[in-house]
Amino acid sequence: MATNDYIPHAPGFVDNEGPKIVSSRFGHADSFTLERYEQTGGYQAVRSVLAGSTSDAAQLVKDAVLLGRGGAGFPAGVKWGFMPPVWPRYLVVNGDESEPGTYKDRLLMERDPHQLIEGCLIACYALGLNTCFLYVRGEMAEAQERIGTALNDAYDAGYVGRDMFGTDVAIDIVLHWGAGAYIVGEETALIESLEGNRGMPRLKPPFFPAAKGLYMKPTIVNNVETLANLPWLFTNGVDAYKEYGSERSPGTRMLAVSGHVNRPGVYEVEQGVVTFRELFYGDNYCQGIRDGNDLKMFIPGGGSAPWFFEEQLDLPMEAADVGSAGSMLGSGALVVMDETTDAVKACLRIVRFFARESCGKCTPCREGTTWEEQILQRILDGNGRPEDLDLLADIGSQISPGEYPAAAHPEAGLTAVPFPPKQTTICPLGPSSVAPITSAIRRFRHEFEAAIAASPAAPESDPEQRDAVVEVSA
Amino acid sequence: MTATENQGTEAVTGVPFNLNGRAVHATDGELLIEACERNGVHIPRFCYHNRMKPVGMCRMCLVEVDTGRGPALQPSCMLPVTPDMQVETESEVTKQAQDGVLEFLLTNHPLDCPVCDKGGECPLQDNAYAFGPGESRFIEEKRHYEKPIPISDLVHLDRERCILCDRCTRFASEVAGDPLIHFIDRGSQTQVNTFPDHPFSSYFSGNTVQICPVGALTAAPYRFKARPWDLEAIESTSTVDATGARVVLQSSQDELVRILGLDSDAVNWSWLSDKDRFIHEANRSENRVTEPLARVDDGLQATRWGDATAKVATALQADASRIAVIGGARLSLESQYAWAKLAKGVIGTDNVDTQLADGLPAALALGLPRATIDEVCAPGGVIVLLGPDPKEELPSLSLRIRHAVIEDGATLIEITPRATSLSDLASVRLRATPGIVGQVLVAIANDQLSADVGGVAASDLQAAATLLRGERPLSVVFGRANLAESARYTADAIGAIRSIAPDASYLPALRRGNVNGALEMGLTPGFLPGGVRNSAEVGVEHWPTTPEFQGADTEGILRAAADGNIDTLILLGADPLGDVPDAVLSASAIENVSTVIAVDSFLTDSSSKADVVLPAAMFGEADGAFLNVEGRLSPLSAKVTSPGLARPDWMIAAEVSLAMGDDLGFGTLDELRQEMSAAVASLADVDWPGLSSADDGPVLRPHRNWDLEFGKPADAPPEPKSGLRLLVDRKLWDAGTMTAESPSLVGLAEPAVLRLSPSDAVGLNLVDASHVTVEQGDESYDLPFVVDESVAPRTAWLPIRLPGFDARKLLSSGGSVNSIQARIADGLTDDDAGDGGEPTAESEDTSDGGRQ
Repeated sequence: MATNDYIPHAPGFVDNEGPKIVSSRFGHADSFTLERYEQTGGYQAVRSVLAGSTSDAAQLVKDAVLLGRGGAGFPAGVKWGFMPPVWPRYLVVNGDESEPGTYKDRLLMERDPHQLIEGCLIACYALGLNTCFLYVRGEMAEAQERIGTALNDAYDAGYVGRDMFGTDVAIDIVLHWGAGAYIVGEETALIESLEGNRGMPRLKPPFFPAAKGLYMKPTIVNNVETLANLPWLFTNGVDAYKEYGSERSPGTRMLAVSGHVNRPGVYEVEQGVVTFRELFYGDNYCQGIRDGNDLKMFIPGGGSAPWFFEEQLDLPMEAADVGSAGSMLGSGALVVMDETTDAVKACLRIVRFFARESCGKCTPCREGTTWEEQILQRILDGNGRPEDLDLLADIGSQISPGEYPAAAHPEAGLTAVPFPPKQTTICPLGPSSVAPITSAIRRFRHEFEAAIAASPAAPESDPEQRDAVVEVSA
Repeated sequence: MTATENQGTEAVTGVPFNLNGRAVHATDGELLIEACERNGVHIPRFCYHNRMKPVGMCRMCLVEVDTGRGPALQPSCMLPVTPDMQVETESEVTKQAQDGVLEFLLTNHPLDCPVCDKGGECPLQDNAYAFGPGESRFIEEKRHYEKPIPISDLVHLDRERCILCDRCTRFASEVAGDPLIHFIDRGSQTQVNTFPDHPFSSYFSGNTVQICPVGALTAAPYRFKARPWDLEAIESTSTVDATGARVVLQSSQDELVRILGLDSDAVNWSWLSDKDRFIHEANRSENRVTEPLARVDDGLQATRWGDATAKVATALQADASRIAVIGGARLSLESQYAWAKLAKGVIGTDNVDTQLADGLPAALALGLPRATIDEVCAPGGVIVLLGPDPKEELPSLSLRIRHAVIEDGATLIEITPRATSLSDLASVRLRATPGIVGQVLVAIANDQLSADVGGVAASDLQAAATLLRGERPLSVVFGRANLAESARYTADAIGAIRSIAPDASYLPALRRGNVNGALEMGLTPGFLPGGVRNSAEVGVEHWPTTPEFQGADTEGILRAAADGNIDTLILLGADPLGDVPDAVLSASAIENVSTVIAVDSFLTDSSSKADVVLPAAMFGEADGAFLNVEGRLSPLSAKVTSPGLARPDWMIAAEVSLAMGDDLGFGTLDELRQEMSAAVASLADVDWPGLSSADDGPVLRPHRNWDLEFGKPADAPPEPKSGLRLLVDRKLWDAGTMTAESPSLVGLAEPAVLRLSPSDAVGLNLVDASHVTVEQGDESYDLPFVVDESVAPRTAWLPIRLPGFDARKLLSSGGSVNSIQARIADGLTDDDAGDGGEPTAESEDTSDGGRQ
């Protein structure tokens, strides 16, 4: 790459009109400092929780229907209830945000680390535990620095650690930096990594973290955004919280929009109310597709989500509705692609990510994702074969048996296949690689066929390359 | 094995589930893959291994399971059967998943089966015939790695063949406790490898080759030696150490080429040490004695069996009290009986000892209530380790103890003079200085727990006392921890444990091969076969006589020989010059005996000085029986022909006896066994023909619980006026004959290192030094040293004998605890140390004593 190429920063937060629950301080230049946090009502919620009773706090989270913001959207209060009465027990904060397209947790950690810390304290107290591990993705240098500073300040202020806020409660928050692996965003892999092992998922069952998690003790793993909601929720109460969003999904979500829109960025959006069309085209949000182009497809929930198209634009961003329409809201990452996008290249781009990030544990994922990548690359290199499309479909069904979730395609007479996919693997990484392939071929088969038709002939493998011995290890 | 039999009856009351439409039962908590297997349905697998924790990695064992929420694919290796589970192992969905996994596994597998050692016995090859498409749809470039890389001296890794099943890596970290191989990189570039500069130098590395489901891991000694379909196999028992690990001997063209571990529930769970596995190379050594040799002038010359036995018979005409026999631990039980009969029942001498002055009093091994390995390792028990590091002396036993503590909630009390491979697992560690271990346990027995004893803190004494006096079943694994201190102190310690915990049971950790058989057959002074004490009143059926005097043990025999009181010394596969701790005494003894007769397979230091050498068949060349550490009888099998004129030891005894004019009374192994059953009470019920087909073999349990007289505990040895007390013990890889004759093993011994406490390192002014000079009398060595916090102050820890190093020159017998003088080596500092200064004066991690 030429040195004078300008690499723009990832888009940041867009301070638009609308309710602000977790991004209320983002407008301040010093939003990450303890002073600003306290000036704006910080650390009041945890004080009041400490004055109340534990069961109250847990019940409040349940009543508020606080949905997990990591991807699965499971109610946090219900998850908290799964813990058997066993001590020690742990809270683990999943700050290993790495789903392609997602960058909202990074902003929450960079811009308002104390809000997250306070959320952790409330959760620890509610769960009756005193050790919280904050796992921050390895690449997020600024987030690590901001959280590290904030934690030091909070410890110095007596808000974390022994005798916090002058009570006899002691809660420790341990900051842990990841080493940079996508799969560690999966909660059991994160626990493995936290224990010092290679980040590989554990099979559920028997290792449901709530019962057997970190060090085989009961462990709640919550997403950064989920916990960042707690200070506001405990300050303003359930009713105020439920005023926002839909009945099934109260509150707001941080949505990261990237791709071919005029104003990409992270938006705090009321859950289950705003439609995709409003988000992409609304003046308060992304303000339309770039250059007035037509929308070709969009990914509603991060790289692992099946693609949506024009027909799904009027769906509200409600988890159940999106699921039955054949995809997922996931971690709140939306990638918009306009008509200039090459479907085959877009497909390869995402599949390659999963192939490179496969942890290597389950055979179908380790071998299947790489095989998919190799076939797609070969098609783009002009060496495609007509049978490659069936082969891709077969490989997909060997990683994810049965019909793969997909959006309806009325023109072709195809109805929606609801989420989630089945899997022959432990975690959903392998099946995720099938999403772009199924979505792209189902909708844009002609583009693949055109690429294959342009291929001169079946490939001859280069004998020199075949016999070459490549030493891969360092 | 026995567990399988039990499961048959338990299944009726177990967990009911539905297997392919058939109502069957699983045992409580049984994994689906095992339950299916037991009910006749084999589920293909690569990563699952019944002796390791499941990981669900390969996904080959996916089956369709419905637990009430609709059918879903589940890895059967990780799923315990729950009541009324519906399992479909042959459905279309199951088959498609399994076919898919197999196709994926083959995409990057090189298919070089014709030149692969695993070809013909390869699970991947086998499953490829049964599952997956016949032809590959993979036309892309396969991944390439350098082929193969040595990851240790014994094991090669071909990463192209590897299917990443996690078996070897799991074995290394979970079973062996040597996490030296691991996955690196990710995605399809995931590979097994070692850490930089840390080879996979585990004592157990060969097991990874055996459990590799493809040909990714191959053993250097076996590479390209044979094809599986050319191999003949027979089950046998390893005689490398007293654990009696069960093995399969495999031969090609009448040569032993491979030894595999046999999955014996009771003993070694299929695991072997590398010594068990590769020692067969010694059978093919060019240095084997293949014909009888007799001394002519100054040299040994080949002679005929008849002439040799005649010479022996002449030498045995001496007065019985002037004849002595040393050794016999290498022999089969039958040969041990035959030699015991010849020595004690025909010649009438009691100067017979199988131990080489490096063991413990025979009565301790014979008369204490015996625990089986299973009983020692039973869930929830308390294990006392009073002896050497089991990993160095009885490696496959150490794996069982390790598992018991880690997985089954056993509690370990370690009473050893230094850190062992199990120290990390021990709940209490009592580190007595040399010569004090008896005092430490006497203090516990007398409830004197308020003051430190011999370097052991009072708090540790209290912790040990609580466990020793507790309600949980207690077993004691005991052996000789320090060859530089008298065995007396260990005996005192056992005496004290007897009074603290009268119900404790015992496992004697004597190391040498069939030593337990030798003791049981009476190859020890004062005893007749079956643990019967010799006296004028008792006799042995079929024996013409019994000794009329109390004989001497090996040390006594050597002393008598040195004093000119022994005329004829028979060495039964023993090498006192190489093995007896007091090397000066054994040299003087061999010098002063008129006739030395060696029954051996090699010319060792000792047998090369013999007047007659009778060539003996080795392990794998003769049938017989082995009595292991727990008193379990298992078969020794002949797989190959012994070279030249070598023959089984019992036959040699019979020939010698005939030459003396006495018929021992048996001409075949069957006749010998019949006589043994008649003459030895503990063998009365042995089903000899059934021995080779019995699963684990019977445990001989005479239920002995002798009222042993331990006497007043010895006083603490005097503190050496100057210098350091010695702590000397054995390493697995040493200068032993069998290791030296196995080309693949001979280089594995580590250089000798002296270990000493941090305070002595400072006291000797070693802070900037790399080497230390140790001396005793005229002997001195310059050695590298390591500071080891587990070593008591004023103590020096040395290996007894390694290639190029012999600590025995610093030892003398008769004293209580040996000591040495130590000082900084002249002119050697870190900068000019010749060998790169590997050991340093820096405190190193001593959690495992720095041993691998």
